[in-house]
Amino acid sequence: MAAPTRKAAIVGGNRTPFARANSVYARASNQDMLTAAIDGLVARFGLQDQQVGEVAAGAVLKHSRDFNLTREAVLGSRLSAATPAYDVQQACGTGLEAAVLVANKIALGQVESGIAGGVDTASDAPVAVNEDLRRVLMELNRAKTVQQRIKALSGLRPGHLSPSVPSTSEPRTGLSMGEHAAITAAQWEIGRTEQDELALRSHQALAAAYERGFFDDLVTPYLGLARDNNLRPDTSMEKLAKLKPVFGTGADATMTAGNSTPLTDGASAVLLASDEWAAERGLPVLAHLVDAQTAAVDHVHGGEGLLMAPVHAVPVLLARNGLTLQDFDFYEVHEAFASTVLATLKAWEDDAYCKDTLGLDGALGAIDRSKLNVAGSSLAAGHPFAATGGRIVATLAKLLAEAGPGKRGLISICAAGGQGVVAVLES
Amino acid sequence: MSDWYRDFANSGFGATITKQLGLPRPVELRRYEPGQPLLPGPAVVGSAGQGRLRQQLTALLIDAGVTVSSPEADGERLAAVLLDATGLTGPADLAAAHALLAPAVKRLAPSGRVLVLADPPADADSPAQAAARQALEGLVRSLAKELRAGATANLVLVPAGAEDGLAGPVRFFLSGRAAYVDGQVLTLTPATVPAGQDEDRPLAGRTAVVTGAARGIGAAIARVLSRDGAHVVLVDVPAAGESLAAVANEVGGTAVAMDITAPDAGPRLARQLVARHGGADVVVHNAGITRDKLLVNMDADRWNAVLAVNLQAQLDLTQALLDTAGALKAGARVVSVSSQSGIAGNRGQTNYAASKAGIIGMVRAWAPAFAERGATVNAVAPGFIVTEMTAGMPLGTREIGARLNSLQQGGLPVDVAETIAWLAQPASAGVNGQVVRVCGQSLVGA
Repeated sequence: MAAPTRKAAIVGGNRTPFARANSVYARASNQDMLTAAIDGLVARFGLQDQQVGEVAAGAVLKHSRDFNLTREAVLGSRLSAATPAYDVQQACGTGLEAAVLVANKIALGQVESGIAGGVDTASDAPVAVNEDLRRVLMELNRAKTVQQRIKALSGLRPGHLSPSVPSTSEPRTGLSMGEHAAITAAQWEIGRTEQDELALRSHQALAAAYERGFFDDLVTPYLGLARDNNLRPDTSMEKLAKLKPVFGTGADATMTAGNSTPLTDGASAVLLASDEWAAERGLPVLAHLVDAQTAAVDHVHGGEGLLMAPVHAVPVLLARNGLTLQDFDFYEVHEAFASTVLATLKAWEDDAYCKDTLGLDGALGAIDRSKLNVAGSSLAAGHPFAATGGRIVATLAKLLAEAGPGKRGLISICAAGGQGVVAVLES
Repeated sequence: MSDWYRDFANSGFGATITKQLGLPRPVELRRYEPGQPLLPGPAVVGSAGQGRLRQQLTALLIDAGVTVSSPEADGERLAAVLLDATGLTGPADLAAAHALLAPAVKRLAPSGRVLVLADPPADADSPAQAAARQALEGLVRSLAKELRAGATANLVLVPAGAEDGLAGPVRFFLSGRAAYVDGQVLTLTPATVPAGQDEDRPLAGRTAVVTGAARGIGAAIARVLSRDGAHVVLVDVPAAGESLAAVANEVGGTAVAMDITAPDAGPRLARQLVARHGGADVVVHNAGITRDKLLVNMDADRWNAVLAVNLQAQLDLTQALLDTAGALKAGARVVSVSSQSGIAGNRGQTNYAASKAGIIGMVRAWAPAFAERGATVNAVAPGFIVTEMTAGMPLGTREIGARLNSLQQGGLPVDVAETIAWLAQPASAGVNGQVVRVCGQSLVGA
């Protein structure tokens, strides 16, 4: 007999401003940034020396030395050292998945509070010795006699000196994420202009949100940076139109640096709790995490696009909660690429696709675009992979709280490996 | 920041040189540390005329663990001399003040204290009595200039009925908290003073808001209020959020990043104070900016920005807290940071000085309404305080600025913070509508 469950409250969030790779945070490590994000949250909610139930966070690009990244960040933070922590990794879904994990434990009454977070740095990425050299070194390590050692070392070649650098290429296809997205964009006939329009709206919405002080209690400056430095408040369709395509070929080459997210450094953290825990401390409840769903697609052999998994996850989530796609006041669809967002929306509007591929009775239908990513999203803010989920959860929770009780928001995040994480928040 | 000149003047060679040349000889001031006794040595209590406070003062000192010595006893260095001058009837009675102070001051130890208590001249029964009372101001201010080695002299005016509020101010002026408060005249008002406070943690259980808390004097205020037991809500502009969070985490407080000049700043802060902290006991308006230019060269932006942050925001925030039920708790303490520039004026600072003088007008006007709530509103006016800002001044200007006061040195941010923390205490109920200068008796602005 399962215990009755409750909905986890989202109390608030904090993140560093996001910085384009190799800029302001070039010398900051994942642990530095995650610690800063947690400490900003601690300062905002007066949690110094307090123990929260757990901290779950992760990074996508991770050094092997960071095997206990989140726990080490907690130990370096102002939280009580008696706060347990663990690492989560689900590619770009990491941040949202971490929030779901913490929320589920709160729902089950296993913890009363928790922090979910994520961090990534493309500037301080792990660089490893290349695979051939690694084999030689491991052989050397196993060697017991001088002869065996000489034999192992004789396997060394000059080419072994080139390091193994992480990339955003899919291991099973060898294609970069952008190349995968370009295939999907072509499949769904996503045009250049609509992608640029989405990117422009993202920059304008993020800039407007900063201007009205929306991020005052969601962002804490870090290393002298006070706002996301990818943000271009003064960009325009003309400027975006001038950029040369970087993904896709021929007429289908529509994806540019302007309508794709750049490599980004940054960290985020979200404070979740039971309503009781928040009330005892006089802390706000911005929204509740109602439900979540993950999905995965076979982008290797199945013909589905790499970043299309959220398209599959959302109808499952809607059905379980008795909702339609139109029952939301806000939509937060992660802008990995403008084309990804547009393909996602187009797929839900497509009767044949929804019937044949998703196994639904018909199309989920269109959404009111004025409710989409209203405080900007990854195209403007940037996308430090594991930190994006925390950014979106905190942003949506605050939007819902501002709109008043009974409002509902949908989060959709695509991830490498053909995965997707989606969730429903309610105020 | 070290005071190289003070260190030099206190070295063997430096002491000889400065003495022979008649140069300033500043000493390291006695500053407060938790657990410190009120005074490091014995005190003498005397009176001029038949005063009504001598017994109360003696009891207060004994209660605080101070040895009360006889004015006639020889030899021992004195940590403080207290003169009850509430019995003055005319100028002739002042001879008793001279008779007490002259030998006692000779015995005064470094960082000693002279504290004179009297009735306000305005309440006098006769011109002769008013003259005698007013004369004390000249005496105290002059004596403060004569005292050496970090000693200070201050005057507290105690109207009839205000005696209950005496303990807090007396303790303050004697303690290391008042290290840089010199040559001041403080007027008490009758008030209901809560009985007893934990002198080591006078702000325990209280919530204190500090604006401009990310750095400098604001951060020092947050640290001292926290040390005294308060939970501090630290406010600063979003762009200063990084250091704001660091200070908040250092003092175990709550960081609130907001622009206090935003139209909704007051209501937003009030809502948070009610929801998160059950209201504020202490509000310190410290946030301030400078945009210096000679008046003729000053554009409207410089003028408006300084007035908006330094003055209008204080009015608006305070009003919002007054208007929001539960935002300001009963017995609240509001302290505004004014400036020596607001009293004496400063070339190139017409905007800044206007804002800081405006603060003085504001607290005086608000004081009666606050008194009705059992609350107080006061201002502190720092003189030359050694901060990152003064570190950037040219050496000559800085050194002259730092020495032009009776203590011959610049004050520290903690000196301003200690004065504010004292005004925030429950025991400071009788201090209302006052402007306390923290300037080492600066030569500027009397």
